[in-house]
Amino acid sequence: MDFFSNLQLGFETALTPVNLLFCLIGVALGTAVGVLPGIGPTATMAMLLPITFGFDPVTSLIMLAGIYYGAQYGGSTTAILINLPGESSAAVTALDGHAMAKKGLAGKALAIAALGSFFAGTVGTLFVALFATPISRVALEFGPAEYFSLVVVGLVASIALASGSTLKALATIVLGLLLGTVGQDGTSGVPRFTFGQFELYEGLNFVSLAVGLFGVAEILRNLERGISRDVVVKKVEKLWLTREDFRRIRMPVLRGTGLGAALGVLPGAGHVLASFVSYSVEKRVSKHPEEFGKGAMAGVAGPESANNAAAQTAFIPLLTLGLPANSIMALLVGALIIQGITPGPGVITDEPELFWGLIVSFWIGNLFLVILNLPLIGLWVKMLKIPYRWLFPAIIAFATIGTYSIGLNNYFVYAIAFFGILGYVLIKLGCEPAPLLLGFILGPLLEEYLRRSLIISRGDATVFLTRPLSAALLAVAALALLVAVLPSVRRKREVVFEEEDG
Amino acid sequence: MDLKSARKDLGAGAVFVGFGLAFASTASTYEVGSGLRMGPGYFPLVLGGLLVLLGLAIAAKAFISPETGELGPVPWRAAVLLVAAILFFGFAIRGLGVVPTLFVSVLLAALAGPKMRPLPALVIATVLTAMSVGIFIYALQLPLPLLGPWVG
Repeated sequence: MDFFSNLQLGFETALTPVNLLFCLIGVALGTAVGVLPGIGPTATMAMLLPITFGFDPVTSLIMLAGIYYGAQYGGSTTAILINLPGESSAAVTALDGHAMAKKGLAGKALAIAALGSFFAGTVGTLFVALFATPISRVALEFGPAEYFSLVVVGLVASIALASGSTLKALATIVLGLLLGTVGQDGTSGVPRFTFGQFELYEGLNFVSLAVGLFGVAEILRNLERGISRDVVVKKVEKLWLTREDFRRIRMPVLRGTGLGAALGVLPGAGHVLASFVSYSVEKRVSKHPEEFGKGAMAGVAGPESANNAAAQTAFIPLLTLGLPANSIMALLVGALIIQGITPGPGVITDEPELFWGLIVSFWIGNLFLVILNLPLIGLWVKMLKIPYRWLFPAIIAFATIGTYSIGLNNYFVYAIAFFGILGYVLIKLGCEPAPLLLGFILGPLLEEYLRRSLIISRGDATVFLTRPLSAALLAVAALALLVAVLPSVRRKREVVFEEEDG
Repeated sequence: MDLKSARKDLGAGAVFVGFGLAFASTASTYEVGSGLRMGPGYFPLVLGGLLVLLGLAIAAKAFISPETGELGPVPWRAAVLLVAAILFFGFAIRGLGVVPTLFVSVLLAALAGPKMRPLPALVIATVLTAMSVGIFIYALQLPLPLLGPWVG
């Protein structure tokens, strides 16, 4: 099948009324959680996963993916209007976006963000469509040894780009891998770490883990201080751009899109990195660098395009290699497995409807987002007024009932409390919980590939180094680890992420 | 060395060493096997050992260049209430059914809010229970009984 008949198949799948509806629901929910304080896309997706298990796999993925990139849009809205980025990648947008809002140009800033994002999302989607097939063809040649090394690269690279201590991130990943071994061993059938509890035989559920780590732990963090937000901008007007504005944002949008599309493929916080890099590039090439921080249009257009292009291309490793680039993609891996689909290079050829339908839905979702975020902006501004004392009990209600409904297993619910506390303790001790989820989901795969490679090589562990592709991948992993601990890179990284925290 | 400033690293090290030891010691009671025939204990034993080493390295780093920064306040009351809310749900859902279980859990959770008084918490619990029942039981048709065997 050639590219166009593939796209046609994608349109046929994505344009069915059910899929359109759930694409809309997904991006609307995504925008909502991007706007709302104290709840992120990871927790939302985890809570809604159980609901989607009854859906068709395509429909389920279309909606879940919509939540993810929808949140990128919603995050910029709060960044511009109240100087509080709802999503970490929107932190840069807050710098100039909020400055524009204070000058009374909120409408213009929102329009730049939405249109830049739409353009970037479209190009990012096209990137996925063009590059996914060739990459997956290479990956089809992989044996278990290559897969083992690939998973190692994915895990290590996700730390190299994360903030904070590399040692702590490594330890968090290993803890995640270990937690993934709980339950009956796939090969021998021996129950591991179950304390004799039959309910634990099927293992810990990744939904409990995600809801606990990203939902409950986050609530506790927010309750430390309490959330209060002031909406500076009461009414948003003048949403359209002049021809002069278009001329001024054209190049920043193009540059941001290119950067984002390239950096989004990287494991870890690719989209956060993309928006920061784009901002510094725009500042450097600008004829008026002094305007940056005081409401420069390029300072909104570049980073916004970059993070949305990256949000789309982050799907490339997932769809071609079955390798999640971040914790959100890891949730999608879990969703695929539950739907009976093995994530990996086979998805494109075995499930063309799923793959191409999902890609076309990205573009449709981006179109919905422009409509949702420009004419309907007033709705989201109102949503900002939902008090947190209503929001977090609702999160608890949805989390418990949703998780319980997966297997009617009350241990899944107890696990939420366990992981909520564990996540909170880890955050308090300076460890990001995201690598834990990544390790947890990839753990069983890693063990399986290790077992299979060693059987094929008759127990010879050097197989990972003697097979050239596997050796190359491990070299990349070692290099990434080295880069992460090198002092000069560390310092630069800290500068980048300090701004993010601020 | 200032012990106070190293609390984060020492604490993290202790957590990881603790988990590593627990996993490794339990894994060693399973059949470990060899590289050619990995038993169920092989993978977790190796990883548990690795986690202990990483935990020790983090703790050791505390003495060289500790990660500074305050631990900050801990919302103890909220933590206890939220955990109680979640555990109660898991414990009671089969016996009490959706409506009473959810009501109590949401009430407990709502009370975790800052300066929350009982009356508004009751309002929140009532509204959110009704909403969740509407969404999960009526719209999504989850096969859960509204009232369980404990309440007839």
